[in-house]
Amino acid sequence: MEFSAFDLFQSVVKGLLTGMVYSLMALGLTVIFGVMRVVNFAHGEMMVVAMYLAVMAFALIGLDPIVALLPIAAILFLFGYTLQRTVINRFINVPEHMQFILMLAIAIILVNACLLLAGPDAQAVQLDYALDSFEIGQLLIDKTRVYAAVGSLVIAVLLYLFFDRTRTGKAIRAAADNHAGALVVGLDVNRLYAITFGIGAACVGAAGALTIMLVQVQPFLAVEYTLLAFTIVIIGGLGSLRGAIAGGLLIGVSEAVAGFLLEPSLKSVFSFGLLILVLLIRPQGLFGRAA
Amino acid sequence: MAAILDRLFGDVPRRALAGLGVLALILLVAPFFVSQFVVTVMLLAFYFAYVGQAWNIMMGFAGQLSLGHSLYIGLGAYAAAALYMKAGIGPWAGVFVSIALAMAVGGIIGYLGFRFAITGVYFALLTIAFAEFFRILFDHIDWLGASAGYYLKVENRQENDPFNLRGSPLMFYYIMLALVALAFGLCRWLLTGRLGHYWLAIREDPEAAQATGINIFRYKMIAVLLSSGMTALGGVFIAFYNNNLYPEQIFSMGRSIELLLGPIIGGLGTLFGPILGSALLVVVGEIMTDLTEGTHLAGLKQIFYGLVVLLIVLFLPGGVWPWLARLCGFDRDRGDK
Repeated sequence: MEFSAFDLFQSVVKGLLTGMVYSLMALGLTVIFGVMRVVNFAHGEMMVVAMYLAVMAFALIGLDPIVALLPIAAILFLFGYTLQRTVINRFINVPEHMQFILMLAIAIILVNACLLLAGPDAQAVQLDYALDSFEIGQLLIDKTRVYAAVGSLVIAVLLYLFFDRTRTGKAIRAAADNHAGALVVGLDVNRLYAITFGIGAACVGAAGALTIMLVQVQPFLAVEYTLLAFTIVIIGGLGSLRGAIAGGLLIGVSEAVAGFLLEPSLKSVFSFGLLILVLLIRPQGLFGRAA
Repeated sequence: MAAILDRLFGDVPRRALAGLGVLALILLVAPFFVSQFVVTVMLLAFYFAYVGQAWNIMMGFAGQLSLGHSLYIGLGAYAAAALYMKAGIGPWAGVFVSIALAMAVGGIIGYLGFRFAITGVYFALLTIAFAEFFRILFDHIDWLGASAGYYLKVENRQENDPFNLRGSPLMFYYIMLALVALAFGLCRWLLTGRLGHYWLAIREDPEAAQATGINIFRYKMIAVLLSSGMTALGGVFIAFYNNNLYPEQIFSMGRSIELLLGPIIGGLGTLFGPILGSALLVVVGEIMTDLTEGTHLAGLKQIFYGLVVLLIVLFLPGGVWPWLARLCGFDRDRGDK
């Protein structure tokens, strides 16, 4: 196979853009874990639900996913908030495997509800600018990919500002740092937890709406996205926001380059190889604090 | 012999023993009274009970969560199938290669995980990563059919050939039943011994276990090796029963999850939990398949599975068996039977 350094550069750029969307998805997972120490094994399933919502919004009222992103994120926020309040809150202090089984049950229900309602066939959004691209010198980049990446970046910045500037954001961080302390100073920790789960779900919802611009959706993608989100978060450091961003970009680039140099079907071997390496050499992840 | 029997059945309440005997008798004669279809359903339940039992050694006894047990099923299945098809080596000899291979890979995962102190969710992820790695790898091994799948030769024959595992569902019924019984006995024997007590100590509190002088690395390794080897054995039989292997299915995370639902629903760490849980799941699954037949409602059965699991973790977090055992008065031996 013949390829030039330029083609490689092009796929790195592509990988960075896709990676940005991955980062947003992973941010949702890392926020939930960082605050509640609950591992959301239904993360990819929530992503797929959001993708189907975006397909529906487009098919019914012709809503562009970039716009549909807002109501979809809101719906997933409510879903996450309610789920935390009603079910997950009872599982905060139980052994890890019980949490896992709970989330697994929720995941099974979500993904099969998608299968039941939407069927097994791949569905997509037919945007009229789907084939357009930006030209920068010789570099050709799909418009959809740029929009999805910019959208993800904006939401990631908003998320950072929320945790850094707002009262609620600070309160959530306080509850994450010191549960007992947060209770002592009178914070409504249960409400903060519910908001956190809602935010995590909203992130993955937004990521789903943006991802539908790039790929078709099938119910069986859910497991792949769950694994992908986990790989990213573990590589970056479970609970670390910076880690999720860096991990997302890293995996995005590694997938694109692997798909370019080898076969596209081998791309996730790279990701899992990276994951195993990080687990062994630096189990707390690139940006995680040592336990 | 008497010593072993005493250890297996010594402090089991009479009622529980009688119940077990009746159950064994029913299962032995059942095929003569039910249709071939029911036999195939029951043997599937036995298969899940067996691999669930094997998984339970790692998670239920030693507290190490594996979400990648489909890896051992796949390795066992592919090794025995390839030896049979490529070299004409029968499954009863191939089994040893299958077990050795799965134990080697399981040993590597366990060694890496335990040596580098990867625990909990991280360890679970490590097991998934390896299973996924092998799934993609087998997808690209052309010699074994790659993603198009690998098939065992199916012959039309009048008689069962147990030496080559070619035959009717009835033959597999008894083989699977024997596996379940052996695994049940083995686990009971292990649990009542030193090893079992070490495992439970490690599961409950690894640091305390280490402080009392238990070499936790060694005993966790033993759990992984036993569990992976036993699971691979299940893989051999399911390969020769199904006659086809697809990397996308056999190594998938869905399969890993399928096999751990039984023990979790039945009761994690209990001996009878995997058997009861698998039976419940398969029966519920068949009823759902029956109800939704012809309606093209793909996914409804799985939604129901999900709801059952959800209800159980919410209301019977210890699983169905401990609750049922208390109900039937089988639990005088600390409920670990």
